[in-house]
Amino acid sequence: MKALILVGGFGTRLRPLTLTLPKPLVEFGNQPMIYHQVEALAAAGVTDIVLAVNYRPEIMTAALNKYEEQFNVKITFSVESEPLGTAGPLKLAEKILGKDNSPFFVLNSDVICEYPFKKLLDFHKSHGEEGTIVVTKVEEPSKYGVIVHKPNHPSRIDRFVEKPVEFVGNRINAGIYILNPSVLKRIELRPTSIEQETFPAIVKDGGLHSFDLEGFWMDVGQPKDFLSGTCLYLSSLNKRNPKALVPASEPYVFGGNVMVHPTAKIGKNCRIGPNVVLGPNVVVGDGVRIQRSVILENAKVKDHAWVKSTICGWNSSIGRWARLENVTVLGDDVSIGDEVYVNGGSVLPHKSIKQNVETPSIIM
Amino acid sequence: MLKVPMRGASASAQTPTKAVILVGGPSRGTRFRPLSLDAPKPLFDVAGHPIIWHNLKAIEKVESVKEVILIGYYDESVFRDFLKDSAREFPQLKIQYLREYQALGTAGGLYHFRDAILKGKPERFFVLNADVCCSFPLNEMLKLFDDKDAEAVILGTRISNDAATNFGCIVSDAHTKRVLHYVEKPESHISNLINCGVYLFDTETIFSSIKSTIKRRTERPRLIAYPSSENLESSYIGGEDDDDSSKEVLRLEQDILSDLADSNRFFVHETKDFWRQIKTAGSAVPANALYLQKAFQSQSEELAKPSANVLPPVFIHPTAEVDPTAKLGPNVSIGPRAVVGPGARVKESIVLEDAEIKHDACVLYSIIGWSSKVGAWARVEGTPTPVTSHSTSIIKNGVKVQSVTILGKECSVANEVRVQNCVCLPNKELKRDVANEVIM
Repeated sequence: MKALILVGGFGTRLRPLTLTLPKPLVEFGNQPMIYHQVEALAAAGVTDIVLAVNYRPEIMTAALNKYEEQFNVKITFSVESEPLGTAGPLKLAEKILGKDNSPFFVLNSDVICEYPFKKLLDFHKSHGEEGTIVVTKVEEPSKYGVIVHKPNHPSRIDRFVEKPVEFVGNRINAGIYILNPSVLKRIELRPTSIEQETFPAIVKDGGLHSFDLEGFWMDVGQPKDFLSGTCLYLSSLNKRNPKALVPASEPYVFGGNVMVHPTAKIGKNCRIGPNVVLGPNVVVGDGVRIQRSVILENAKVKDHAWVKSTICGWNSSIGRWARLENVTVLGDDVSIGDEVYVNGGSVLPHKSIKQNVETPSIIM
Repeated sequence: MLKVPMRGASASAQTPTKAVILVGGPSRGTRFRPLSLDAPKPLFDVAGHPIIWHNLKAIEKVESVKEVILIGYYDESVFRDFLKDSAREFPQLKIQYLREYQALGTAGGLYHFRDAILKGKPERFFVLNADVCCSFPLNEMLKLFDDKDAEAVILGTRISNDAATNFGCIVSDAHTKRVLHYVEKPESHISNLINCGVYLFDTETIFSSIKSTIKRRTERPRLIAYPSSENLESSYIGGEDDDDSSKEVLRLEQDILSDLADSNRFFVHETKDFWRQIKTAGSAVPANALYLQKAFQSQSEELAKPSANVLPPVFIHPTAEVDPTAKLGPNVSIGPRAVVGPGARVKESIVLEDAEIKHDACVLYSIIGWSSKVGAWARVEGTPTPVTSHSTSIIKNGVKVQSVTILGKECSVANEVRVQNCVCLPNKELKRDVANEVIM
């Protein structure tokens, strides 16, 4: 089995975090985003993984070498010299994806969910046609591209409607596909979109099916969604694998869904949760309140601080009695002074903040 | 070599001198709301003591003053307890409160009670406005008075040019210190030396000056000396609370001082020390800071001992309960029976009687009203203003807001809620984050 992960560019939407690490290596639930994907693919029997990137950070090579060993897979970089959109990279990786007749997975690196690769493969085989795209149900379909099925058929796709004004359906493309190698013939080596060019062509021939995703789904490409996605992920873990979370009986846990790395330290009289991830070597002082936040490796949250809806970058420190909220994102090695208030601040790496940031802004 | 350095001072010590503190009345302190809704402004605690206690403390240091008269139009009962406490604390001073039957203006009040002031034939008397906060260098004023054989000495201070026109402006002869010209709240820049609201008058001179002003007014009643209608309006907006247009009202600043400036014996003592008005409720915070710093510099025993969790100066009332893990200061006063919980942080603030700050809460540049509660991890916050600023409002996003956050009596801020640059009237519960608002 083969798979291609669409990584793309620099992940500018997730800055300031991606100024320090490439997006696939930013930890989500205390593991790099790409880890979750590689793990799920390997579990479904994938042995060849292509990372479609249009830059090649050396730092990723080291991390991925580790995963090759850990999951017994082969990971190859496919580097675009110019951005090829969402379909072009498949053509570029044709040698690997088309090396045999088995279908291959394609997934968007920003998407987080309970990856259903095995069931997806079974379903794809069961209908025997060219492609299957994973779809997820949304509350407000008018914001997305919606999938419309053929009349009287539960999965065969009839057409796509971009941002429908009137209700035509509530299933949207979740950014995960399984495709037969024949699809590669439909794609030219140029910047091209899988959603707008390749899929409509397959639909025309009646060969594209949809597969309903179970559980949560989130595109975590930007900080706000990264936090929402973390909440969904932790809730899902709470059902699937509660051992990965801190038991609610811990006195500091408030409202559940708290993940604490074994090397993190927590002071006295803290109230943490719901929906908090504390990374490796994180130090939380006394009387700290954290909710709906991610604290990355080596960061420090000092005594009596109050942190909500915040991503605290690696090696950063949050001062005593500081208050951070409203999607505040601290890059690497940022320092927030004692008693400082930050409302929706995006703080670039190595900055030291000594005065209140009262309205959402970027601190260069 | 026989020096008698104390001669002048001791001679002056024998000259009978009185002091008058003008305390105003309940209709006067509207700009001190919401705090004046529950306490008369002169009795509001800053740095652990009522505002007028600080006046008495300064008067106490003037040897020749044995008697202090408070003049105002509050009900007598308002000052009863304060007078009782003060009699104990300042045994050498005879202190009484005289109530005006109506607001007479600062000069009108003095004149109305002239018999009480003249009793015992004092040659001179101090007049202190209760709504100023300063170091009250009364002995220095006395010295200048004696040196110059003055009829009047006014305390002046230099402030920034743009702020000066909000005050009474003094033009003086730099060399002789003589006052050449006095004008209250001028439209254009005249001087950055302003009236601190503290005076020393020759008894005969001041009463005859008031008397002749009254006479002039009765003869030519409608010629009130407003330079223009514009000025009239600005002084109205400026929040002069009482009915100034009444001809009964005679104010020292507007009606008397400019005439005195024509006399050759009106001098100004320029203080280099701190000075602030206590007009708005928010101005209690800088006043609190300045009086605390003064107490700290004079190594007052009253202040809390500096430590890792007490950044001086901090005043903690003996009946207050402050958890040792709470961090206080600088410039913090904690009132009687107030409770500050574990890991709380209080800075540049006044916490009044029976208030409670719960664990891990943070209170900055604020006043926490009597019996108010600040929840755990809540944040009540004002905005620091420059030390040189004489204003307690700031412009945020184009809107004028109070720099200090004030919770009136019996307000509560829920756990984890943030309140910033707000003025909250009494008995309100704040359950959501609020900023830049007046909460009715």
